[in-house]
Amino acid sequence: MALARGFADPVHDAQGAFRAMLDALARPGLVQALPAALAPPAPLTSELAAIALALADADAPVWLDGPLAEAPEVEEFLRFHTGARLVADPAEAAFALVADPEACPDFSAFAQGSPAYPDRSTTLVLAVRHLAAGEGLAFEGPGIRGRVRLGVAPLPAGFAARWSANHALFPRGIDLLLAAPGRVAGLPRTARLLEA
Amino acid sequence: MTPRVRVPETGYNFAYLDEATKRMIRRALLKAVAIPGYQVPFAAREMPMPYGWGTGGVQVTAAILGRNDVLKVIDQGSDDTTNAVSIRAFFARTAGVAVTTRTRDATVIQTRHRIPEAPLAEGQVLVYQVPIPEPLRFLEPRETETRQLHALAEYGPMHVKLYEDIARHGHIATTYAYPVEVAGRYVMDPSPTPKFDNPKMDDCPALQLFGAGREKRIYAVPPYTRVRSLDFEDHPFRVQHFDRPCALCGAGDVYLDEVLTDDAGGRMFVCSDTDHCEARREAGHRGEGA
Repeated sequence: MALARGFADPVHDAQGAFRAMLDALARPGLVQALPAALAPPAPLTSELAAIALALADADAPVWLDGPLAEAPEVEEFLRFHTGARLVADPAEAAFALVADPEACPDFSAFAQGSPAYPDRSTTLVLAVRHLAAGEGLAFEGPGIRGRVRLGVAPLPAGFAARWSANHALFPRGIDLLLAAPGRVAGLPRTARLLEA
Repeated sequence: MTPRVRVPETGYNFAYLDEATKRMIRRALLKAVAIPGYQVPFAAREMPMPYGWGTGGVQVTAAILGRNDVLKVIDQGSDDTTNAVSIRAFFARTAGVAVTTRTRDATVIQTRHRIPEAPLAEGQVLVYQVPIPEPLRFLEPRETETRQLHALAEYGPMHVKLYEDIARHGHIATTYAYPVEVAGRYVMDPSPTPKFDNPKMDDCPALQLFGAGREKRIYAVPPYTRVRSLDFEDHPFRVQHFDRPCALCGAGDVYLDEVLTDDAGGRMFVCSDTDHCEARREAGHRGEGA
């Protein structure tokens, strides 16, 4: 099978995807449009592919979760279009692509950053089916005007406890990008999950 | 106003920087936003302008800029000084983006040492040019040590500095680059903006990004984030006050520049934010010197 193509317009498509991610992490819980007209090999979604192509390269290693790592076409696609190293150890990854969020490894398995360099932590990109503002989990924190609600499904098992543990590590900790078809939302480590 | 240049100069990538450099800066920006006030190291490139002229701000702007952005560049509040004009022309030529001097029309505002007087809005990004990003640098010259101080949130030396101001002058004499605490954690240099502008950073609807080219650091303040100017209970933070309004537009709640008008001691005080002053004069406001 021929290799699926990358961005039709690499400069502007990458910029568009990046600005959506920047807005997503700067305004946690708000859903941003992420136009992604890619047709990557399954189970890699168009949005996960757009995020990887926009940000991953030889300096930013990528970790793939089980379903993605088992698909050789996905590996071939990412290697060709990004040149990024695909790492087996999640603690080495700048970006982790997760096609099956429910089976996502514990957040502590990924790079957490150090007290002196908290920026050296993994950004997890979860492919979710449902993403809607104004419902579901409530968050407060920098970038959030008052309080925000974000409905996400599926989420990693035991998400509330795992996210609170991650938040408590601040300034260390992982950051989350949640990518549904055509949309993306962000949860930086600063987002504090409120009791239901 | 400068006409929109729709076709960027050939021979350069969009917005000058190559894509690998933009990716590196973009990754740094995402982490900067996730850790408000923390200085993310980045591999700053040489730019076609000297250090000190906004190489950090220019790289941040180049990394975020899209075709549909409208760019405004100010230097000490002014749209028409050399630094502002040349950076605006640089992006008009290398990116072909629309440029403006009107604060409310801009989506990206690159600034050297001022925050516009007009309130910023949610869709806007403010990019600061930063000379020395480390607020503790003049207290502790070693980067290894300041990094530890930030890691431990050990900001005692900064309070001692402010206290020494009080001991010596009777009040906190720091008037620009006045240190702030971001989201209750990191102490940050707001760049050499007058402390008059510090309150505008607090709970600001716009995203604030900071780029230091020579020092190779990027940091950020997300929208609606608490930015507190350091102070003491008995010496609370206060901004400068001017004893007269702007001579051109009569505004009394703005930051003023002193302008010499002749060689016989003549002077006038006018808005440092030229767009704000022009907009007020268009709306019919007049100062004493107009």
